[in-house]
Amino acid sequence: MPADTTARSSSWRNSSGDSGGITPRSGPFLLRHPSVMVFIALLALFTLGVTILSEGFGIGAISTSFVKTLGKTLCLCLVALAMDLVWGYCGILSLGHMAFFGLGGYAIGMWLMYARTEIIVVESLAAAELPPTPQEISDGIAAQIFGVVGASEFPPVWAFAHSLPLQLAAVVLVPGLLALVFGWLAFRSRVTGVYLSILTQAMTLALSLYLFQNDSGLRGNNGLSGLQNLPGLGDMPQSVVSIWFLWASALALGAGYLLCAWIVSGKFGSVIRAIRDDEARVRFLGYPVEAFKLAVFTVTAVIAGIAGALYYPQAGIINPAEIAPIASIYLAVWVAIGGRGRLYGAVIGAAFVSLLSTWFTGGQAPDVNLGFYRIHWVDWWTVLLGLSFVAVTLFAPRGIGGLVDLIAERRHPDRHGADLGPDQGALREKEADQ
Amino acid sequence: MTRILTALAACLLLLAPAPAPAQDDGISEIQALLQAHRELIEDSSRRTIGPAIDALADSGLPAAQAVLERWQAKEMYQRESDGLFFFAEEAGEDDQGEDLLTLYDIATGEELETVLEDGMDQLRPNSGIRGMMGAALVRFQLKDPDPAVRLGALDAIGRDAEPSHLPALRAALEAEDDPDIAARMDRLARLLTIQFSEDDAARIAAIESFAGDLGVDVRATLNPLVRTDLRVTEGPVPDDVDLARVLTPGTEALSKVDAYEELVDADLAPPLIDRDAQKAALVTHLADGEVAGIQVADLNTEATRDMAYAELVRRGAVEAAATQSEIDDILAGFSFYEVYTATSPEVVAAAVSALQAIDRSVAFNEFLDLALDALSLASIYFLAAIGLAITFGVMRVINMAHGEFIMMGAYTGYVVQQIIPDYTASLIVALPAAFAVTFGAGVAMERLVIRWLYHRPLETLLATFGISIALQQLARNIFGTQARPLTSPDWLGGALTINDVVSISYIRIAIFGLALIFLCVFLFIMNRTRVGLEVRAVTQNPAMAASMGINPDRINMLTFGLGSGIAGIAGVAIGLWAKVTSELGQDYIVQSFMTVVVGGVGNIWGTLLGAGLIGALQKFIEWFNPSNTLAAQTYMIIFIIIFIQFRPRGLIALKGRAAEA
Repeated sequence: MPADTTARSSSWRNSSGDSGGITPRSGPFLLRHPSVMVFIALLALFTLGVTILSEGFGIGAISTSFVKTLGKTLCLCLVALAMDLVWGYCGILSLGHMAFFGLGGYAIGMWLMYARTEIIVVESLAAAELPPTPQEISDGIAAQIFGVVGASEFPPVWAFAHSLPLQLAAVVLVPGLLALVFGWLAFRSRVTGVYLSILTQAMTLALSLYLFQNDSGLRGNNGLSGLQNLPGLGDMPQSVVSIWFLWASALALGAGYLLCAWIVSGKFGSVIRAIRDDEARVRFLGYPVEAFKLAVFTVTAVIAGIAGALYYPQAGIINPAEIAPIASIYLAVWVAIGGRGRLYGAVIGAAFVSLLSTWFTGGQAPDVNLGFYRIHWVDWWTVLLGLSFVAVTLFAPRGIGGLVDLIAERRHPDRHGADLGPDQGALREKEADQ
Repeated sequence: MTRILTALAACLLLLAPAPAPAQDDGISEIQALLQAHRELIEDSSRRTIGPAIDALADSGLPAAQAVLERWQAKEMYQRESDGLFFFAEEAGEDDQGEDLLTLYDIATGEELETVLEDGMDQLRPNSGIRGMMGAALVRFQLKDPDPAVRLGALDAIGRDAEPSHLPALRAALEAEDDPDIAARMDRLARLLTIQFSEDDAARIAAIESFAGDLGVDVRATLNPLVRTDLRVTEGPVPDDVDLARVLTPGTEALSKVDAYEELVDADLAPPLIDRDAQKAALVTHLADGEVAGIQVADLNTEATRDMAYAELVRRGAVEAAATQSEIDDILAGFSFYEVYTATSPEVVAAAVSALQAIDRSVAFNEFLDLALDALSLASIYFLAAIGLAITFGVMRVINMAHGEFIMMGAYTGYVVQQIIPDYTASLIVALPAAFAVTFGAGVAMERLVIRWLYHRPLETLLATFGISIALQQLARNIFGTQARPLTSPDWLGGALTINDVVSISYIRIAIFGLALIFLCVFLFIMNRTRVGLEVRAVTQNPAMAASMGINPDRINMLTFGLGSGIAGIAGVAIGLWAKVTSELGQDYIVQSFMTVVVGGVGNIWGTLLGAGLIGALQKFIEWFNPSNTLAAQTYMIIFIIIFIQFRPRGLIALKGRAAEA
């Protein structure tokens, strides 16, 4: 289609003239990408501010539960970042990243639950006349953990639960391997676009249905609980622990942002954006499209797993409902509202929507009295969210991030030609220039 | 009912004009018979009364049935002065306040006189004796002129058979002229032959006649014949036993613990001591921080605990006992096997082979039942997916709110049912109403949202997600979170029972029929109408279609409305089958998309095949693990993911230009 090609090449010229002078093209990574520095600085300021205002380390202006909410929000921002990388940059609308997030949570939750129960069991057995045998301890822990689903033996998946390093490895390996196998299967058979979305949704559904069973070995719909208590630190107040997790979450978010910015800034980033815009053309140019997609899918699954491992100790409980497909859909909603195809957009979207959700569904939002009907936001928030999501998709495909463009007067160059591709939400023109 | 009829029949007999032939001394035959067994009757014990009841039942006297019935009903009295038996009814009180009885003759039923109750003894048979009388009465009922009474008697025998019924049944069979009842009698007679006959050849013949019969009663009769006893001997299994099978400890049939308990029961091995008991024994002998010379602190492994216990045994402080670790060695020296308890090996062999034939027949019928289940599940998936086959398959619009349209249809059915209380009428109104509501919703959605996103499929997916979320919450706000019932009319209740194993509920048949109708409607509209032609044209090439004078906007709107409307009707059907909740659509959306994708996008036959495949697959996985439908769904989805590897374009892939559209 020659007309399309002409339009594109002309738009490249336009855009290179538009923003060529803003960022230096050489030098250290952070200097080349001032927005990353700004983000890291803001994140550091935020963390410092919360620490000073917290109950555990500062003046106590912010309650511990709100510190936990903020810490959890940072984890959600991290998984939104992963979603943005895989969707906004690579064009894979994955509805499985909250499943990877949950798997990370389950992996760390198993150790937290095992270690804490072990301490309790050993303490209770210490009072007995004879010192306990390893078998007795293990039986005691199993009875404590699995009594609720009517079992008393450890299922095979708990084989490594006693070891923190192994479970930490599982946080990375389980989502990573699942994404690798699933992605390999899906990409090699050229499942793309909406089909891939549906397939990932099916994977998520299968996983959550599996975990809902009592004999899945992960306590069925009871899930894992009591995760907020760190084993061995029983006397440490939650106000302090919550700040530790806030720091860890902030650190992970900062590192994740750096990683994602680094990935999308180089040649690798150019290729995955090209895959998003025209997969067939990239393949014809000789790039192994499937390998690129698989790499992005797996890396983002690992990031999601790490985010989950940090989130659930703060939430305290994880159950299969957290993995249900709807969670992954909400993740897509956050990224879309924030503005996909730009990293800060994902962070803004996740933070904005999840905090707003907490506020509305927590019952803090004042009811609106229409005279004939009283709107309880607890009931109507989801309706509002769904409809505003439709509105964002229709009228503001660039999301909140689009406001930044408006302020910075960075707009799409005027183009006269065919639509460039399936995904208008992203700033292809600007990116082509980087 | 039976009893009343019997009583009526008895009265008729009694009122018959011919009086019973009286004997010389004025005592009727029946009275003489009762007098002959007078001591047994007076003794009234379950163990001894048998001959008296049998004599009555076998006497062939016309009054015998009435006597048994009224005796059973505690209406028979004995005169203390001469020991004669009478029927009697209470007749109020006389002037002195004494209770009175009216006496009736037991042979003719004629009213005799009214006497004081003092001189009469009421016969009060206990429940055991009354049961024996009931069994004896059955013989009379078998020959009753009323077929209902005869059937009732057959039921009674089927519930509680005893040897004496067999000859009665055979006798009744000869006289029976109703073929249906005769067939039932014959079947029952054969069952009783298996149970009670002394003649092994007859039993074997009867057993063989039941090969392949699905009746539960047959299995209940045959199973006692193949009952087995667990035996254990040291060394190999002896040759001279009627061996059923050899068991290996540690298998599913016989766990090691059970096998060991068997040994302990037979005094062939010392009792097992479990960890807790061992620990308790060690604690009792704890002294000076050590047990049997071993430091307490060292007793933190099972090996040292076993050592300490062995030492205690050696010192004679505790009983010798096997520990868990010794079980295997002890068990290895014994063989465990089951022997048949029934006496005649030939009968057992016949029963075993008959049961095998029955098992094969049951397995075949279960397979048939499973296939029917799979078919009905497939038609539900097909119903849920057919709307999607239009919007997604033909128009290529991803509508994630499709499940919510199904839900809307179901709730429409519920609302209609609140307004029109008659279930049949409300169903007839609900189907078009659901179509209208969801058609409207579909058209509105297409106009407001989807038409702006035709070239951006991922964004369509997102926007319809938003609508789906909003609609679900809206339904929750309006109808609440609890499930709402959508009651099916009476004529859809119940099930079509083909035999004891295979049955299918009418509602499933109706859903199957509805799915077939929709298939035909879809094919007709797409292939035989102007609209269908235009839809196909617009789908394949909108620009070309437009230049041919077709209005693509209108066609898209109509097509989307049609797909949504069908989802609404499917919602009513699914609502009748399942409960109506706001999550109703969610439960079907992924399966529906899978159905369309597995079948092959853009081809209704593919959707049909896909639904069949997914339905069958789910049912068969459930069959392997019936307790767990969640696992079945999980494995099915995994299967689909793998399936798509091999046929990424589905079972029926479009070829040529249509595939690129």
